Amino acid sequence: MKQEKAKKYGMVIDLDKCTGCGSCMVACMAENNVPFREDESDKLLSIAWMRVYKLTNGKPFPDTDICYLPRPCMHCEGHHGHSPCVSVCPATATDYSEETGIVSQIYTRCFGCRYCMAACPYHVRLFNWWDPVWPDGMEKSLSPNVSVRMRGVVEKCSFCFHRYQLTMDKAHMEGRRELEEDEYQTACTQACPAGAITFGDLNNPKHTVYRMVKPDHKQGGKPKNPKAFRLLERLGTNPKVYYLTSREWVRSMDDNYLKNESK
Amino acid sequence: MKIDRRSFLSFVIGGAAGTALSPLPWKLTDDLSIWTQTWPWVPVPTDGEVSYVNSVCTLCPGGCGITVRKIDNRVVKIEGMKGHPVNDGGICILGLSGAQLLYGQMRVREPLKKVNGRFKKISWDEAISEISKKLVELRSKGESYKVACIAGSDRGTVPELFNRFLTVYGSPNFIRTPSIQDSYELTLHLMHGVQGMPGFDVENSDFILSFSSGVIDGWGSPVRMFKANSNWRDNGGKVIQVEPRLSNTAAKSDKWIAINPGTEGALALGLAHIIIKESLYNSSFVNNYSTGFNRWKRHVMDGYSPEIVAKITGIDKSVIVSLARDFARASKPLAICGRGQGWTPGSLKEFMAVNALNALVGNINKEGGIWGLAEPDYINWPELEMDSAASRGMQEGRIDGAGSGEYPHAKYLLNRLPEIINSAEVSPVQALFVTGSNPCYTLPDTASVKKAFERIPLVVSFSPYIDETAEIADFILPNHVFLERYEDVPPVAGFQKPIIGLSKPVVDPQFNTKHVGDVIIQLAKSMGDFIANAFPWETYEDCLQTTLGDKWDTLVQEGYWTDSNFAPPAWAQGFETASTKFEFTNDEINSLSRFSPVKPEGDEASYPLVLIPYDSMRLASGFIGDPPFAIKTVEDTVLKGKDVLIEINPATAKKLGLAEGRYANLTTPKGSAKVKVHLFDGIMPGIIAMPRGLGHTAYDKFLAGKGINFNELIGPVEDTASGHDTAWGISAKLAKA
Repeated sequence: MKQEKAKKYGMVIDLDKCTGCGSCMVACMAENNVPFREDESDKLLSIAWMRVYKLTNGKPFPDTDICYLPRPCMHCEGHHGHSPCVSVCPATATDYSEETGIVSQIYTRCFGCRYCMAACPYHVRLFNWWDPVWPDGMEKSLSPNVSVRMRGVVEKCSFCFHRYQLTMDKAHMEGRRELEEDEYQTACTQACPAGAITFGDLNNPKHTVYRMVKPDHKQGGKPKNPKAFRLLERLGTNPKVYYLTSREWVRSMDDNYLKNESK
Repeated sequence: MKIDRRSFLSFVIGGAAGTALSPLPWKLTDDLSIWTQTWPWVPVPTDGEVSYVNSVCTLCPGGCGITVRKIDNRVVKIEGMKGHPVNDGGICILGLSGAQLLYGQMRVREPLKKVNGRFKKISWDEAISEISKKLVELRSKGESYKVACIAGSDRGTVPELFNRFLTVYGSPNFIRTPSIQDSYELTLHLMHGVQGMPGFDVENSDFILSFSSGVIDGWGSPVRMFKANSNWRDNGGKVIQVEPRLSNTAAKSDKWIAINPGTEGALALGLAHIIIKESLYNSSFVNNYSTGFNRWKRHVMDGYSPEIVAKITGIDKSVIVSLARDFARASKPLAICGRGQGWTPGSLKEFMAVNALNALVGNINKEGGIWGLAEPDYINWPELEMDSAASRGMQEGRIDGAGSGEYPHAKYLLNRLPEIINSAEVSPVQALFVTGSNPCYTLPDTASVKKAFERIPLVVSFSPYIDETAEIADFILPNHVFLERYEDVPPVAGFQKPIIGLSKPVVDPQFNTKHVGDVIIQLAKSMGDFIANAFPWETYEDCLQTTLGDKWDTLVQEGYWTDSNFAPPAWAQGFETASTKFEFTNDEINSLSRFSPVKPEGDEASYPLVLIPYDSMRLASGFIGDPPFAIKTVEDTVLKGKDVLIEINPATAKKLGLAEGRYANLTTPKGSAKVKVHLFDGIMPGIIAMPRGLGHTAYDKFLAGKGINFNELIGPVEDTASGHDTAWGISAKLAKA
């Protein structure tokens, strides 16, 4: 059988459509057995693979504007798969897949040194400071597709990799090597009531994500669509999550700029 | 072989180097992390057969279709149902957390009776017979009308069963919890002559003028509105948000117009003034299908010039003029109102003013407009036979005063009930059923609501959750949750087509709960005679299946039934008023009297600020509280630890000497609370905003005790035209703590 072409799964989030409702966050928690504690208001300790940030343009009333920015794992490609977190992991607990472009996290290998958390410029990695506890009876809603993480382990968004595995299994059973575009979608994409999230293969010109951002693979996937941007583009992390916006002030928040620096 | 120093060192160093180069250390770290992660207390989710069940979510009036993912007999995840006419695959944060409302700690696990202030287990039969005994006793004293029922809805078989029970028992006191449904229904009744509900064809509208409605903050059916909003983004539709605070809706709209709170109705009339003056209105509709236009025109032309309206609303004159022109010139403009998610009805005159805008541009019963929909008519039960006790009871006036005297048009006035009970010597309500609602949390002035409920000798809650009302009830007869029971879901809030959904059991009941419909049927049967005869069904399921008749099979298979070819009646047939035309005015409610913005309670001298609530999708503020996942997503600028943060403009905060994250004492005429301060530029100076949905005292440890319930700080303000609650805010003061 012919070797299938390498995929580069990525996400495009339309910030003009995102309403900040939080569905993506909870869809992710329910899908991935994310634990919850009594007080989750310290956001540095609160485990949420998908987190929606609130941005403000900083202008006084009535010129104020706000925008929400959902932030999953960026699944950076770096240069040749050297994503910031992958290159520092001493336990090979995280790896960049050339086959799918997904940065994995193998919980049972992680011994909690948290180098990857320091290396990640997007704060997507979270540490389990406590054992997860499901009050009596609530463990019934745990999904068998995702393992439960222990205290002392780092976790992060996997682009719902278990869904990829399940659909690939199904495809193989049916004698197919390729997936349809809508067969493999992340939980947040599926749940978003505003349809603000699009997920697909950035290597496939037929996929919506490709058509939306027109990634320039010669330049590490930099978007050719002027409305599209990636976070911290200049670091060269080559993230696979793109954002769309029509508001200039939102676009200017993609990176930290010096006062007299032009973009 | 002699072991000298040299060979020993070579051996040790060589060994160490060899080990380091071998896979052993890597294998060991790997194993070590595995060993240290497998503890007996870490749950290992059990595998099993995967299946999907389609149903309908009933956690809010949105009526979304859901697809529930199961492993064996466990609910693992709830997803939006693809292809459903309301939500087509999308789902909101509360629906997604639904499994936690099935398995969570907030469930009431068995019927409970309060004995000496503490809940004790009781069997279902005992509980029902005790309640039945009490009801028989009241009835024999000729006090049947002193029994009341508070329900979250008055449509569908479950509310109808309660209503039927009360009627045949002899009480007119079925009460629905307040919301903008009350105001919209009354607006339709007075202006369109339609007994029913509004449908908004938002998908086809190209210009939404929203008067403080949380278009993407949970107004109407939330997921449907999100989808419509994304459509407008794709297709160039415009959203103009008029609101004192930069809500998510305001931020995402094409234009946010900050307005003095409570003056939205004056702006609507001001816009009408320009549209009439510049002859931008739809003359075909106005001349041929409406009455009262000339009188209304005079009223608008005299009293609502842009200068006057600019003064009332605080909006620049030029903004008002250009907004009026843009609205009238759009091809399918739609004006909507009802603040935030619509939990408070609002001023009738304001609703009528906004609806008059739709009439001016002729966008009534048209594509992209507001449609007057008739009440659903699928419940056709046998005619009631009543005995004299029932007829006598039904002739008594309603306790809340709705439908007579001052408020002949109102159907339900729950907002008046606490005051009526508290001011009477003996409570006029002797027994109260509460279903699908949590009035001790959702009604304004919670302290007086609780006080009133405590004066009622028998309060029966049917809540599946230990909520604030259940806590003070005498009996809790827990209903199944929505994933365990059958129930019809009648037309969805604001949906423009007739639709019925069917919520069905996805898993077996987890606890010793009972369907509320079955409890009512059993209660009726235990009372015998006419009351028993009024319920000819063995079980609720039997009742539901008979009621839905030939729709049952479709409903079980598809999860919903809808009339997709439905079109609203043409203008010539669409109005059932006395004139058979759209009526701009109504003398009975004195609609041409001056529009005076509803004043918040409290005097300005002692309370210089105004406190308003805001709604958020992440905080369920209705009769259901936030499950753990949902409360987890609440930002730390809204809730920090157990403290709620109130939003205040930095300029106002500076004057009061308050800084970000500092404690402050918030006082209103109704109560006071310790809060934290969050500086937010998106709020008008002089106004402070507080989220709804916090401050629960009941539910589980994940929700209880966090923040303040906004309803503790505000009281109802009666609308002189309708009797509904119109309070949109309250005067307040804020001081350093």
